[in-house]
Amino acid sequence: MSGATLLKESGPREVFCGLTSIVWLHRRMPDAFFLVVGSRTCAHLIQSAAGVMIFAEPRFGTAILEEKDLAGLADAHEELDRVVHDLLARRPEIRTLFLVGSCPSEVIKLDLARVAERLNSKLNGTVRIVNYSGSGIETTFTQGEDGALKALVPLMPTSQDEQLLLVGTLANAVEDRLVKLFNRLGITKVSSFPPRQSTNLPSVGPGTRVLLVQPYLSETARLLKDRGAEILCAPFPLGVEGSMLWMQTATSSFGIKDSTVQEILNPLILRARQALTPYKEKLTGKRLFLLPESQLEIPLARFLNRECGMQIVEIGTPYLNKEMMSKELELLPENTVVVEGQHVEKQLDRVREKHPDLVVCGMGLANPLEAEGISTKWSIELVFSPIHGIDQSSDLAELFSRPLHRHELLNRKQLANA
Amino acid sequence: MELTLWTYEGPPHVGAMRIASSMEDVHYVLHAPQGDTYADLLFTMIERRGKRPPVTYTTFQARDLGGDTAELVKSHIREAVDRFEPKTLLVGESCTAELIQDQPGSLAAGMGLNVPVVSLELPAYSKKENWGAAETFYQLVRGLLTNQTSTKEQKEHLPNRWKEANRRPKVNLLGPSLLGFRCRDDVIEVKKLLSDFGIEINVVAPLGASSDDLRKLPEADVNVCLYPEIADSTCQWLERNYGMPFSKKVPIGVGATKEFLEELHELLEMTPPDKNQISRKSRLTWYSESVDSNYLTGKRVFIFGDGTHVLAASKIANEELGFEVVGLGTYSREMARPVRAAAKELGLEALITNDYLAVEAAMEEVVPELVLGTQMERHSAKRLGIPCAVISTPMHVQDVPARYSPQMGWEGANVIFDDWVHPLMMGLEEHLIGMFRHDFEFVDGHQSHLGHLGGHQEKPKDDPQSIPSESSSSEESPTWTPEGKEELAKIPFFVRGKVRRNTEKYARQAGCRKIDGETLYDAKAHFKA
Repeated sequence: MSGATLLKESGPREVFCGLTSIVWLHRRMPDAFFLVVGSRTCAHLIQSAAGVMIFAEPRFGTAILEEKDLAGLADAHEELDRVVHDLLARRPEIRTLFLVGSCPSEVIKLDLARVAERLNSKLNGTVRIVNYSGSGIETTFTQGEDGALKALVPLMPTSQDEQLLLVGTLANAVEDRLVKLFNRLGITKVSSFPPRQSTNLPSVGPGTRVLLVQPYLSETARLLKDRGAEILCAPFPLGVEGSMLWMQTATSSFGIKDSTVQEILNPLILRARQALTPYKEKLTGKRLFLLPESQLEIPLARFLNRECGMQIVEIGTPYLNKEMMSKELELLPENTVVVEGQHVEKQLDRVREKHPDLVVCGMGLANPLEAEGISTKWSIELVFSPIHGIDQSSDLAELFSRPLHRHELLNRKQLANA
Repeated sequence: MELTLWTYEGPPHVGAMRIASSMEDVHYVLHAPQGDTYADLLFTMIERRGKRPPVTYTTFQARDLGGDTAELVKSHIREAVDRFEPKTLLVGESCTAELIQDQPGSLAAGMGLNVPVVSLELPAYSKKENWGAAETFYQLVRGLLTNQTSTKEQKEHLPNRWKEANRRPKVNLLGPSLLGFRCRDDVIEVKKLLSDFGIEINVVAPLGASSDDLRKLPEADVNVCLYPEIADSTCQWLERNYGMPFSKKVPIGVGATKEFLEELHELLEMTPPDKNQISRKSRLTWYSESVDSNYLTGKRVFIFGDGTHVLAASKIANEELGFEVVGLGTYSREMARPVRAAAKELGLEALITNDYLAVEAAMEEVVPELVLGTQMERHSAKRLGIPCAVISTPMHVQDVPARYSPQMGWEGANVIFDDWVHPLMMGLEEHLIGMFRHDFEFVDGHQSHLGHLGGHQEKPKDDPQSIPSESSSSEESPTWTPEGKEELAKIPFFVRGKVRRNTEKYARQAGCRKIDGETLYDAKAHFKA
């Protein structure tokens, strides 16, 4: 299938759990609230990852399990009812409430589906209650979004209409841009999932072609397929090439002529490649090591290698869905090492041994590596930044060249001082 | 079940991580799922450490639960010991592992490791971070000391034995840790302070200590408990088992620093310090006396944070700066008793809560002129348009400044004077901007440091224009006449809310249906009387 060498590794991991995706999901759907049913650790995790203090009242919270809740399950259900009731009384603007399972709630087998069902019949449609698990014993980081979207799929209305459905959270401005481009290419009906309003769910049915925006939505894709949609298999829209192939997959599925597509996209591609040039100069020949975290590792490596000339030392990925990544893996150079899973200590040994120019990693590891003289880029920044699409390619490249540029600046000063 | 949107303290195992990371040669094997690794960023991002916390997470997954998680724990322990070669191994579990009851501590004890193992039981569903830190420190000290010498002879410990031994008195500084408020600089300041009096430092722990340092603790004459949240239980245990007395005064503020020195001299049976040695050592005293500080008189302050820092702050505010403390509270339940007592002395009822919205409501109720709180109170105060200084954890990257800025000792008092008075000055500036903003010199859109309230793009909460007009308000509440609103508008914004509430309260009491300028003055006289 490809030239990549696929390896597996297990051991201590250093990744966020699925709860972390609440950090961008709540911004996408401002009328939704994410209530984690978990422990103080869960609450502390989200606030540490999200920098919550800037919100007067954030649109997420934790129902913290206490000793008395663990004593008997009936009790915990009643308590959860009470917490939900109090929350909805205080926040009448909430239209959809996500009950989010956590490690402790999964281990004690708290049945959130049943709780959601009971609350739904009690609330009579005024607020919709759905549930999913963001627990770290089942999900990593971005997989939380897969869970949240999967929970919404059954609520989507059915439609036979021919339409393109973009699946995965995008920055609003990027979404507008992509929709407009698809319109110009001749696809008239384009919807996004998740929507900007949780109650304004797009429809799905046999006429729907799904184009995934993010690489971590395999369960959501499976359920959409069950609803009759066709899942288009494409590289992901990162970089000029990836975005172009991604859009072409849609246009060819809608039977749009290649010449039309080229006529519209070529000027954009030319412009974007020009914008990439200064970053390409900075990045060419530099060696890249990606530690597993966001699932964006493979598409990012593909972009940085093929369009920015970086050499890939190793690509780590928390898990590998070969089918979903097939188009990406095909584009990787021969013998690229892709490691699924993690043994963080051994992986860091390899980082030290190979001394790459840039390491993409989580926030826990960045400063320690910097202190050892290795430049880093936080992977969490990539899930917050508008990086998708042809027009965004140079911004994406800039994110990676900045740490190298900074390193040069500071070291030049040191030389001058010496 | 408790609904929490934000929490002042993390779970207890984060407290344990603080102790392990503070020390030199300790490793912590934490039985926990992968998501719990987020805690590393507290140290590497917030504290800006260039080292990973010495923690191995077992990162068990759902599929491991059916199998042998105990074997998984053991393999991680073995690997961690081989790789990191710690001098002491801490073994514990986080909230999820507590539920599956693998007992990692006993597993480790049964492995025949050639390193001392300290097993931690930190109930995740009832305790919090500071408790976890205190318990870990205590278990470490106890674990390393108990299998050492017989405690019998140690009980004969005499705090004045330094005289006979013909050496200088020496003390341990206990409690400073990573993610503690300004601990890094407090240690330097207290060391400096004590060296002025010929008192030597035996061990500082946990910050920067090794396992062997902990074994040396009984060699000191007296323990200094710098942060009771972290070190009180350890100090008490050392007193019970080794007869080592410990100091209870925390040297934050000029008065407290003096009292601390006097207490320590007494414990060590030293000649009390000369008055010249402990008077006017901090600039805070003169700065507070100087005429410029007249405007600080009676400033109403609201204080909330951890126990140690709010107790110190209320004393400084009250005795050294001439402020009026109008609210006092803490999220440290372990310190609730002394905070309640301090509040009572000021005629207040202490607010003991972990709910930041309750703190914000209390703040809004008393309308202080300055808030001394955590980073969360800084945000609440910003929303209310009240100046604020941060005095306590939870830690934020801003609380780890590059410059030297202790809270303790003479220099600490200098830092506190600046840190508290500066936002008040800015608040005053704010008021002046508000007052003069209609003058022609002020161009449109002038923004002060409070940004959203400083200019006039957005109306602050107590903007008189936003008060409901006569027709729209209900039967019971009195209504404001246009003239009344005009008078109210002349009142500085930071007391306007309070004046408005007081006036309405007065009007209701007096059976007054309409509030005009006169009512406002009546109310003012009424509440002054």
